[in-house]
Amino acid sequence: MSRHHYSGDALIEVLHTAQELYGFLSPGLLKSIARKLRLPPSRVLGVATFYHFFSLKPKGEHTFVVCLGTACYVAGAPNVLTALEHRSTKAGTTTADGKVSVDGARCIGSCGLAPAVIYNGRILARVTPESISKELDRIGVE
Amino acid sequence: MSVVTLEIDGKVCTGVSGETVFDVAWNNGVKIPRLCHIGGLPNIGACRLCLVEVEGQKKLLPACITPVQEGMVVRTWSEKLIAHRRLIVELLFAERNHVCSVCVVNRNCELQDLAVELGLDHIRLRYQFPKLVADTSHERFGLDHNRCVLCTRCVRVCDEVEGAHTWDVSRRGALSQIIADLGEPWGESDTCTSCGKCVQVCPTGALFEKGKAVSEMRKDRGFLKYIVTAREKGQWIR
Repeated sequence: MSRHHYSGDALIEVLHTAQELYGFLSPGLLKSIARKLRLPPSRVLGVATFYHFFSLKPKGEHTFVVCLGTACYVAGAPNVLTALEHRSTKAGTTTADGKVSVDGARCIGSCGLAPAVIYNGRILARVTPESISKELDRIGVE
Repeated sequence: MSVVTLEIDGKVCTGVSGETVFDVAWNNGVKIPRLCHIGGLPNIGACRLCLVEVEGQKKLLPACITPVQEGMVVRTWSEKLIAHRRLIVELLFAERNHVCSVCVVNRNCELQDLAVELGLDHIRLRYQFPKLVADTSHERFGLDHNRCVLCTRCVRVCDEVEGAHTWDVSRRGALSQIIADLGEPWGESDTCTSCGKCVQVCPTGALFEKGKAVSEMRKDRGFLKYIVTAREKGQWIR
């Protein structure tokens, strides 16, 4: 925040960094950001909830982001997502035990690897329902 | 400041350069429908109800943010415009749960008036019936999201006139909702000054005074012009 001279204009940059540091934006964190940038709290929450990038809930230990862009979609991404959801939780949520988060995304720009899944920030290429199932076995999901 | 002459619905009107088509039309007795616009607050051109046809322009222009120009020929009512306006109002009705018969502003509601004006007797769209709640945690006022049309008048009046910026809009699209501070109950907000300006500018019964029964609430918007002229011109006229 000091890098941006505590300017209110830097709200999005600050939220980005905060999310990177803490993994998610807690109400307390948002409150202190609002206070330090001298912004109304409602605007800070408004911006944080407008962009899908920001998460107000803690992410699971493992995160799966299934690309649902056209190329991945045609190559079978919906089946991958269904398999993943079946074993863990619905897209956009985290399992109750905090182990796995699942999300869908628009094209991630790796169409050559379709269908692609981002697993903990790493790209898995040409994913099938079977391979994603194996990955879940490996991390110990029932 | 130069005088501008233009034609609105076949009537020759004069305005001052910098004024909007909307203001000049209203000053000349042409009542263009609107929902997000309210005199004294900044215009955002969001509700699209004030769309008008301007000769020589292919696109429809929102009157509230279109400055007047010399020789403009404006049409504010046409079959096409009425069809668009009807659809907008239908979309608003279908999006949330507007039940006039149990509403505090029944018969004093801008949304209802619009529907009557446009001859809306049924909605062609599927109602969404979202599950929304009402926040009655404030001592004197209530907020019922079911009746909100997201015009953001409350957000603007709180920010620009009262200066508190308690309200804002959270999320986006169909999930958009008005929030106080960090989404906490209105009654617990520590920025709200309980001035009630938001309640008075709200076009529907979304923001209301507690203790009013069905159809009992009247909204008083005179204060807005009073405060704004006092601030801008140093004249206190009510």
